[in-house]
Amino acid sequence: MTRLRTPLALGIIALFVLLALLAPVIAPYDPFQGGQDALKPPLSPGHLLGTNHIGQDILSQLLHGARVSLAVGVSAALSAALIGALVGSLAGFFGGWVDGVLMRVSEFFQVLPRFVLALVIVAFFGSGTLKLIVVLALLSWPQTARLARAQILSLREATFVDAGRLSGMKPLQLITREILPNALAPVVIAGSLDIASAILLEASLSFFGLGDPNTVSWGFMLNFAQAYLRQAWWMALFPGMAISIVVLTFNILGDALNDALNPRLRETV
Amino acid sequence: MWRYILKRLAQALPVVLGVIVFNFTLIQLAPGDPVTLLVGDYPATEEYTRQVRADFGLDQPVPVRLARYLEQLARGNLGFSFANRMPVGELIAQRFGPTLMLMLTALGLAILIGIPLGVIAARNRGRLSDWVAQVGALAGYSTPDFWMGQLLILIFAVALGWLPSQGMRSARSVATGMQATLEVFPYLILPAFALGFRYIALLSRITRSAMLDALSADSVMGARAKGLSERRVLIAHVLRNAALPIVTVIGYNLGLLIAGSALIETVFSWPGVGRLLFDSISKRDYPVMTAILMMVSITVVIANLITDLVYAALDPRVRYAR
Repeated sequence: MTRLRTPLALGIIALFVLLALLAPVIAPYDPFQGGQDALKPPLSPGHLLGTNHIGQDILSQLLHGARVSLAVGVSAALSAALIGALVGSLAGFFGGWVDGVLMRVSEFFQVLPRFVLALVIVAFFGSGTLKLIVVLALLSWPQTARLARAQILSLREATFVDAGRLSGMKPLQLITREILPNALAPVVIAGSLDIASAILLEASLSFFGLGDPNTVSWGFMLNFAQAYLRQAWWMALFPGMAISIVVLTFNILGDALNDALNPRLRETV
Repeated sequence: MWRYILKRLAQALPVVLGVIVFNFTLIQLAPGDPVTLLVGDYPATEEYTRQVRADFGLDQPVPVRLARYLEQLARGNLGFSFANRMPVGELIAQRFGPTLMLMLTALGLAILIGIPLGVIAARNRGRLSDWVAQVGALAGYSTPDFWMGQLLILIFAVALGWLPSQGMRSARSVATGMQATLEVFPYLILPAFALGFRYIALLSRITRSAMLDALSADSVMGARAKGLSERRVLIAHVLRNAALPIVTVIGYNLGLLIAGSALIETVFSWPGVGRLLFDSISKRDYPVMTAILMMVSITVVIANLITDLVYAALDPRVRYAR
């Protein structure tokens, strides 16, 4: 089972990506289009997963919601990984006061409660998909930075880096050509876990009504569902399942990568 | 030990100050007139607006403003919520009790359920029960807590009708004192479980790996060779050493509980600080938002501080390290 984890996780992610990309083609309805058929239960004629309180088709909304969740999750995690890797390598490579300042800043961001902070920032500056991505990335980089720094610290003294230095490479070249490629493993693992937490955060913000108002998102669907829990269980069930499955898949992928890229751990555990 | 406590306190203070300055910067950077942010979107009298301008020195340069802001905070002035018609400080104090009750119950549940689950998984390493517990924990950690709350409502309140799902007591209740406290209990079960759920998953995962680490230590082999009973080995040698990472995870992830409580209180209409945050966002009641952000951040800093002190108390190496 352990060996099947990675292909299984990658398969599910590919499936969700495909569904998200094809959403405009395969969704039976426009996700915004309401109608007379309000609060129809699943398996109603024409509405496989039912409709919400204003007659919008749940299945179509789910498919379109995948676009938002994946786009926000992946872009935020990718940006966080880039910022984190850059900050971490600068801190680790130069050491001294650069390291001190950068690490204090990252500690500060780690202490701040991410969700509440994101909530207040979005409430102040307004919401939008791009703003969400920026906020989530700004709040997620410190973890990666610390991992990258630790990795760089141990690589800085490696013989092949000395060789590069002796052959006249400049610091930036050394970082990008010699050190970073060898420090990537923990960054990739953290990135996969970051996607999971970014998707969760986006869903939570949308549930609070702070998502992009011009898109359909899973968290927003759950916000609607809250008022209709007693009449329409399906409005809550399906979007929540979608979030959980995607987040779980990225977490499994992160775990699997962790085991694969850290053979030492595999032996002891 | 005292030296260590003083040192950690000295490290925590700048962070608290940083949180306050960060909050201040946020108000300065936000689009629009800062008066609006300090007063909120609610119609305030001309007189109050002028007073806020003077109190916070909004007609002065930024450094003066920061000094004024700190001064107002030091006096305990968090501003006035026009949406609720009362001082922000009073408003939050009113909502603090229910949130604390919810969080402590959730934390208790997480410790009572999560740690034993992790111990069981570690003792059955590689067997089916371990695998089930591990996958279950990962799935639990991946489930949004507010959705878990909605599911619990659907099952236990809507379908089965066993437990109430909204508020913290019946609107018709006239009970007082002890009776009133007992009445809260059925209302507390679902939200506390929903809030503690991800924490249970997290704790069982951490406990499992901490136990496995501790089990592989040489001291365990020594204790077994000495002929100690397995029970004794587990309690005296394994759990004690595994306690360190577990304590750290409990303390460092209190932020998770706080963030969760904002969502859970909204789902269950629990009259706490989280619900207040939700209301203040929908009413654009900025003074309440910033005050809660500041309070939550400072709580997390204090929780981390306490965690470090407990850690130092448990592990003498930390105390004497430079």
